[in-house]
Amino acid sequence: MPQLNPADFAPQLIWLAIIFIGLYFLLSRVALPRIGEVIEERRDRIQRDLDEAERLKTETEKAIASYEQALAEARGRAHNIAQETREKLSAEVARERTDVDKNIAEQTAAAEERIAIAKSAALLQVNEIAVETTETIVNELIGATTTGDEVAAAVSRASANT
Amino acid sequence: MASTEHGGEQSGGSMPDPMHQFEIDRIIPINFFGLDASFTNSSKWMLIALLVVAGFLILSMRGRSLVPTRAQSVAELAYEFIANMVRDNVGTEGMKYFPFVFTLFMFILACNMLGMVPYSFTVTSHIIVTFGLAAVVFIGVTVIGFIRHGVGFLKFFVPSGVPAPMLALLVPIELISYLTRPVSLSVRLFANMMAGHTMLKVFGGFVVALGFLGGWAPLAFMVAFTGLEVLVAFLQAYVFAVLTCIYLNDAMHMHH
Repeated sequence: MPQLNPADFAPQLIWLAIIFIGLYFLLSRVALPRIGEVIEERRDRIQRDLDEAERLKTETEKAIASYEQALAEARGRAHNIAQETREKLSAEVARERTDVDKNIAEQTAAAEERIAIAKSAALLQVNEIAVETTETIVNELIGATTTGDEVAAAVSRASANT
Repeated sequence: MASTEHGGEQSGGSMPDPMHQFEIDRIIPINFFGLDASFTNSSKWMLIALLVVAGFLILSMRGRSLVPTRAQSVAELAYEFIANMVRDNVGTEGMKYFPFVFTLFMFILACNMLGMVPYSFTVTSHIIVTFGLAAVVFIGVTVIGFIRHGVGFLKFFVPSGVPAPMLALLVPIELISYLTRPVSLSVRLFANMMAGHTMLKVFGGFVVALGFLGGWAPLAFMVAFTGLEVLVAFLQAYVFAVLTCIYLNDAMHMHH
């Protein structure tokens, strides 16, 4: 077995030490920091991108929330305006209606007054006519002349009886 | 096997020596103050592993793009794989040992995988290499344990809630199991690699020996077995790294 030849031990160990130490320094000083750097950088970059995405997401959510708030406010305001307008209009309508009602009542009262006046006037005239007619009839029938006062008293008696 | 220890090609028979692939060739003999520090074929493949691993990891990250290219995502996958392994097994404070575990995993994986290339040499099929790596892990973990817990680290060998007479039995067992860690760690990797490559070589020899008519069966076996070996190459690197993490966790947190 060539592996057990002690004469070959020294050169192998010496070169193993040289090569292994050389490789260790090459890797630990040059190769590994580079690879570690790149991996680290990539991890940072991904983390940064994720953070950025997270930030944008919260911003979007904030924007949506403020938009919805504005929308709700506008809706509330619109509702208020509609409500106010409705109230104002109905108040106006009520006022106008009372005005009109008062007007109508006044006119009705005036008209009734006029009617009452006309009626009493008419009734007076009816009495006069009745007195004249009665005078004439009495004159014609019995030829007696009657005084206006007697006839008027009789007519008023008769009309009170009826 | 002893007879083939220095055997070159084909010692007599028609079968090639399956152990020949593990032979160490001195490409550039170097003598460093009386120490044999020759540049061997093993050193060559270690160097290739270093160039492949460092070259791939550095070149693939050239773009440093946010959306990775194919090569970059493989490099990142390897990084995340080991980083998660360390984080899961040792915790976040173990991340300072992440470069070491990563280097260990990538080096063993590259050596195992390069060993699957025909005519290459498998660095990790030598017990001395795997033992060297395991010894670094073992010594490092022990030193970390003593630095973090001081002499209190010795309590690691004393299981809690055990009656005193039992401790006389259990403490040596704990100690032995701790001391055999580098052995099991190194032998596991070395034996897997060596056995797999020996098998491939033996069956490769059968293909040639049985000729055009009978060679198809071992060839088919070899195709399937090569797939298995690729899996083993990855798995052993993974196991080595995971066990390193577990030992690190023991030393840092002393959970027992």
